[in-house]
Amino acid sequence: MAGAALLGRLTWLATEVVDAVQETPRVRTLVLEADGWTDHRAGQHVDVRLTAEDGYQAERSYSIASAPGRPLAITVEELENGEVSPYLVGEVRPGDRFEIRGPIGGYFVWDGTGEAPVLLVAGGSGVVPLMSMIRQRAAIGSRTPTRLLYSSRSWDDVIYRADLEEPGDGLEVFHTLTRSQPPGWTGYSRRIDAELLGEVAWGAVDEPRVFICGSTRFVDTAADGLVAMGYAPESIRTERFGATG
Amino acid sequence: MSIISRGFRGRGHEGPPDRVPPGQYLTDDFPVLSAGPTPHTPLEEWTFSITGGAEPVSWTWDEFRALPSEEITKDIHCVTKWSKLDTAWAGVSVDTLLEAVEHDASFLMAFCDGGYTTNLPLEDVSDGKAWVAYTYDGEPLDPEHGGPARLLVPHLYFWKSAKWVRRLDLRDEDEPGFWESNGYHLRGDPWLEQRYWGD
Amino acid sequence: MSVQDMKLDGNAIGGLLIEIFGTDLTGSMGVCASCGAQGHVAALDVYVHAPGIVARCRSCEAVMLKIVRSETRTWLDLSGTRTLEITSR
Repeated sequence: MAGAALLGRLTWLATEVVDAVQETPRVRTLVLEADGWTDHRAGQHVDVRLTAEDGYQAERSYSIASAPGRPLAITVEELENGEVSPYLVGEVRPGDRFEIRGPIGGYFVWDGTGEAPVLLVAGGSGVVPLMSMIRQRAAIGSRTPTRLLYSSRSWDDVIYRADLEEPGDGLEVFHTLTRSQPPGWTGYSRRIDAELLGEVAWGAVDEPRVFICGSTRFVDTAADGLVAMGYAPESIRTERFGATG
Repeated sequence: MSIISRGFRGRGHEGPPDRVPPGQYLTDDFPVLSAGPTPHTPLEEWTFSITGGAEPVSWTWDEFRALPSEEITKDIHCVTKWSKLDTAWAGVSVDTLLEAVEHDASFLMAFCDGGYTTNLPLEDVSDGKAWVAYTYDGEPLDPEHGGPARLLVPHLYFWKSAKWVRRLDLRDEDEPGFWESNGYHLRGDPWLEQRYWGD
Repeated sequence: MSVQDMKLDGNAIGGLLIEIFGTDLTGSMGVCASCGAQGHVAALDVYVHAPGIVARCRSCEAVMLKIVRSETRTWLDLSGTRTLEITSR
């Protein structure tokens, strides 16, 4: 009988860390090899499961940073008082193993195509799934006009900084640094507000598609701001990152 | 068989077995658990009532604060496996509250701002086992921890210590509340590890 | 982490929902039994820091989904969801 699978086929896959790249002082990208991994769509995430020797288990979700078709990579921010993130950012080294399941998510995905312009809004490590979308867009040579509005605490906290310095065809990147700015900084230096959105976002008349990712407060503020500008609520897709540690 | 991750360990630590029930670990912080938005009822509008007895009885915030209160230090145990020892509270004993009502009930359902409910046998809230607490660690109870007032029933799993409690409804039957109707044990004794239905 | 930041969305339980339903539900639509509002499962207000998972209607805050798991059992309360429209890819 045709149709979706009847049984959950999402199993935990044995995964090995093959490389670890420090992105910022508290953020690291782990390149993974997972037994039985199928490809993903840009914007999706994986669940990571760690098991301690005494059997204690912890699970967290992390967005996939890599473009589809490239080696699987997740980017993890170390949270103060976290239980899993300090381990993944501070302890894990190539050769270490854990389990993942995925890819997960059919809503917060973009294949990089489309006529309508796209606005990507990132708060801190919310940039991760959006970076997968940006990488996918570049890989297929897409012409979709795209803007990334990326809020970080400081220049040192900007993840994928080098990649974003050469955005490539048709992608514009706007940074706002909310806590401290480097000498000579001419970019935005405050939390996203209506005025900032008004200057950076596409006009609502262009019927843009929007993807916003970050903490709940960040996402809600940005989404409300865009709706106030006349964006149709259905054109905005959001993913709230939990600071679950 | 799950893969063991080199060097990973959970944050909790073991404690004295006579104080930490089976399957629990000790925590140093006070985790906030939440099933919905934090309610914020202004104190001028807040009342606490008991219904289901001969007559309903109700106290305003000022009246409630004027009731005899006690300081209590107790261990608490959450079904999500953390336990915290020697937590310090102040509040009104449920015995004091029940004295204001004529009734012959055997059970109660607690109703809270935000819609949460939990059920308890009267036996488990009598004789110095339960309070309506409004102070934690010497300070007014934080809204995220259930302030202005929450139920405190420390000998049972902490989901029974209903946050933002507003009313106790006295009943003849034990009916399941918010979590009890969806898998959690009707009574919830941590020393018997009564976490789920049928445990 | 502020208390507001503890509220997530349906994306956070994507993996769990695949385990239960066998397919990704985040892109599927749910109708609130309390107020009739329609929205993506990904756009529900989801609380995971609790004895179980509670997903609420973003319009009226009513509980649409409750999930509790033990090691061997899963309890699911969908009574707050009138209809779930599941899209297969």
